[in-house]
Amino acid sequence: MVIDSLYAVAALLVLAPAAIALSASPAGRPVVYGVSLALSLVLVAAAAVSLVGGQQSNAVLPLGLPWLGAHFRIDALSAFFLIVVNLGAAAASLFAFGYGKHEEFPGRVLPFYPAYLAAMNLVLLSADAFSFLVSWEFMSLSSWALVVAHHRERDNMRAGYVYLLMAGFGTLALLFAFGLMAGAGGDYVFDAMRATPPTAGLAALVLILALVGAGSKAGLVPLHAWLPLAHPAAPSHVSALMSGVMTKVAVYGFIRIVFDLAGAPAWWWSMPVIVAGAVTAAMGVLYALMQRDLKRVLAYSTIENIGIVFVALGLALAFKANAMTFAAALAMTAALLHVLNHSLFKSLLFCGAGAVLASTGERDLEKLGGLIHRMPQTAFVFLVGCAAISALPPLNGFVSEWLAFQAILVSPQLSSWGLKLMIPAAGALLALSAALAGACFVRVYGIAFLGRPRSDAAGFAQETERVSIVAMGLLAAVCLALGILPGFAIDVLAPVTQLVAGARMPVQSGVEWLSIVPIVESRSSYNGLLVFLFMAASGMIGAYGIHRLASDKIRRGAIWDCGFPDASPVTQYSGDSFAQPIRRVFGSLVFRAREVGEMPPPNSTLPARFAAIVHDPVWDTLYEPLNGFISFATEKLNVLQFLTIRRYLSLVFAALVILLLVLAAWP
Amino acid sequence: MALIHNFVFQGAQMLLVLLLAPLLTGFVRKVKARLLRRRGPPLVQPYRDLARLLRKDVVLAGNASWLFRVIPYLVFAATWVAASLVPTFRSGLMFSWTADLIALIALLGSARFFLALAGMDVGTGFGGIGASREVMIASLAEPAMMMIVFAIALIAGSTQLSTMAAFMNSPEVGLRVSLGLGLIALIIVAIAENARVPVDNPATHLELTMVHEAMVLEYSGRHLALIELATFLKLLLYVSLIACLFAPWGIGAATADPAELAFGVVSYTAKLAAGGFLLALFETAIAKMRVFRVPEFLGAALMLALLATLLRFVSRSF
Repeated sequence: MVIDSLYAVAALLVLAPAAIALSASPAGRPVVYGVSLALSLVLVAAAAVSLVGGQQSNAVLPLGLPWLGAHFRIDALSAFFLIVVNLGAAAASLFAFGYGKHEEFPGRVLPFYPAYLAAMNLVLLSADAFSFLVSWEFMSLSSWALVVAHHRERDNMRAGYVYLLMAGFGTLALLFAFGLMAGAGGDYVFDAMRATPPTAGLAALVLILALVGAGSKAGLVPLHAWLPLAHPAAPSHVSALMSGVMTKVAVYGFIRIVFDLAGAPAWWWSMPVIVAGAVTAAMGVLYALMQRDLKRVLAYSTIENIGIVFVALGLALAFKANAMTFAAALAMTAALLHVLNHSLFKSLLFCGAGAVLASTGERDLEKLGGLIHRMPQTAFVFLVGCAAISALPPLNGFVSEWLAFQAILVSPQLSSWGLKLMIPAAGALLALSAALAGACFVRVYGIAFLGRPRSDAAGFAQETERVSIVAMGLLAAVCLALGILPGFAIDVLAPVTQLVAGARMPVQSGVEWLSIVPIVESRSSYNGLLVFLFMAASGMIGAYGIHRLASDKIRRGAIWDCGFPDASPVTQYSGDSFAQPIRRVFGSLVFRAREVGEMPPPNSTLPARFAAIVHDPVWDTLYEPLNGFISFATEKLNVLQFLTIRRYLSLVFAALVILLLVLAAWP
Repeated sequence: MALIHNFVFQGAQMLLVLLLAPLLTGFVRKVKARLLRRRGPPLVQPYRDLARLLRKDVVLAGNASWLFRVIPYLVFAATWVAASLVPTFRSGLMFSWTADLIALIALLGSARFFLALAGMDVGTGFGGIGASREVMIASLAEPAMMMIVFAIALIAGSTQLSTMAAFMNSPEVGLRVSLGLGLIALIIVAIAENARVPVDNPATHLELTMVHEAMVLEYSGRHLALIELATFLKLLLYVSLIACLFAPWGIGAATADPAELAFGVVSYTAKLAAGGFLLALFETAIAKMRVFRVPEFLGAALMLALLATLLRFVSRSF
């Protein structure tokens, strides 16, 4: 299977330069996206066969380092992530059939798109550190090119610059992590690393480096700074890939290093992971609530979901270290299922945002409104996405959160006191972020799609292309299917958890009525199918009974609004005003949010002004001081540029002496 | 045979909660009126209101979307399903394993999500203010509720309501600190979730002080009737939930004979009456809070519930 997958990836790599020529003509776009779609489906099929068939396959190609070759492999873990990546890629390619028409400079997007898909696949297929890092960097660079595709738009170049810096930093951390695992022998193949796990001290360093390296790509707070800049800057179908899929490749990197290569976990490993995850989840959604830009809200919400995944991964680490493998399998399943779920609904939501952007030209929530009338189909699928990401039953987002909560409820059996105190707090933060995510998506949907249009662009919006709606509709259908039949997904995940957590969850396919039962039925069970059928039945009974027995008449009238309707759409609630209560409750603590009202003096004709001031704690406390320090240091080092040759020679001499001294003192 | 048996009881419970819910609200209103030395409307007034609303035409705002018309049915369905999964007079309901307590809270969350969207559909100031305050209250009440569930689930070893009720009925429960904290937190959350004084006032006509009522301001006719019924059901659900978790006496087991079932129904009605009376007493004795005092009130619930969960994590004996 790995050979077939590599052929598909190679075809994507060939497509990339071909797209340069193809992008010149309008007929080239469907060709590029069509071939990408077909190849993604081939990769999904190949990965599904490997995952269900339960076989590993290896390949060594004479590429990369001379005489050593590049190693590739598909095992259960990479097969699962290949499915996630290529499902997202297929949906994005299908969406781009329609959406790509609005692209002003196809030559800046089309060549990089297949290259980016190929790079993500190569990361997952790599089975040695060298190919992994090269593919990882290739993935960063190709996505960077897509981020700056619209380089003339305001802030996009800055987004690209910050992205490049953070991506380089993350790769550096991963490079060190692999370097430590390769050890003195320098064997860079994953199999060799697995066979000789690093000593406890080195393994701890590897954990931290993996958390920093993969975490910066995934968007863990405080390394998330680039993400809300870069993801919205790219064309929307690429945003869908970056947010829905590339962050999952980062999660894969973390799982591969920490669960697979770094050896048996120590008891405390889970603590930094859980703390980072819980803080990320809560901060991410709070940031999301404060944003006005539709795509930026979605990008911050990605950060929140990554936080949830990392909390579940941390729980899995804790259970694994305590030899509670059944619980580790439960937490791992929750993490992986959330990875899959998030890739689906986030792709859906970014595509929806793209459809809105294409038809109105606006990303600003305060200029949208009433789109449910102008774009009814997009509005419907976007609603499904909002409900799924807000973890509402019977959709899929709820299932993975439910499993994560079930994993938390097993954790009092852990022996460590630190974990006993920390996990309930993390659980509270998780519950808080789930509730805030609901608030966030009520705000997004209510402001953008409901109400009255806040600008002409929104008032005259047109429904998006049919094929784009089909792509979003398919994603929405999968969200519903996974929500009502989660047992199948859990069973499919069994070989993955067997590989990385050492056990699998109980078989779900034989449970009565297709419920899911994580441990035993008397303890907890959930049945999405019945919840769905129950709700549908009772809603329909209600509707039928009332229409039949009571009244079914409708009259249209003016807006009531307690008798004082205002014709101006400006008097509606805006996104900022919707977030105001939450900003006052949480923002004053986290963002030092203040509201400044300025009243003109009496008899003045000046307008009254109101401003809400929100600080970004991460930029203020981490990046700004760092930036200041680097500016200060470069200022000071600037002197070195204008020395005489004599001074330079003495500097070189001094450096030589110091190095010799170090060498002499080395034990 | 057992299947049909269970099915009948599930259906009976669905009807029971639907029929009792308006009565409970009527009872609370009556007691409140009597405490204020007013005569108050008759007990059956909520039924009459519902019947009148159902007969009337719906007047929709000109720009109301299809979503606005679907939401009352969605909200009603989610709340009804949730209310029929709480053991009332007999545990071992056929579908009690469909959704455990966490899923039940999420179902109520779905109802709230859609109701808040309905508030924003027409695009008015009042609808927006109601929706935005509702989600603010929910953003604190939901995590508090989840922590309460954690605390109780860790004591009972299950998130399944039937198992929880059975455990709470058994002698091994005893008095526990964490249960006490959980009860206080649950009462605070129940008050907030049902938009009762001091968080919200269900009887006010001053729109700026309302949360729930402002959100549903544009509804009329059968749509309003369904939303009102869902509100009644939610109040009944929370009283039943508190009764089921903290006063599970009299709930018949799955094997109960008719006499036990009759006792179950009687004791359930008595518990509802007691809960309604205490709620009315509490509401009469306290004034409504300013909106931005509510987070402190709910924050207290969150902290109490978190403390209860922490105690359970630290030691099994609390």
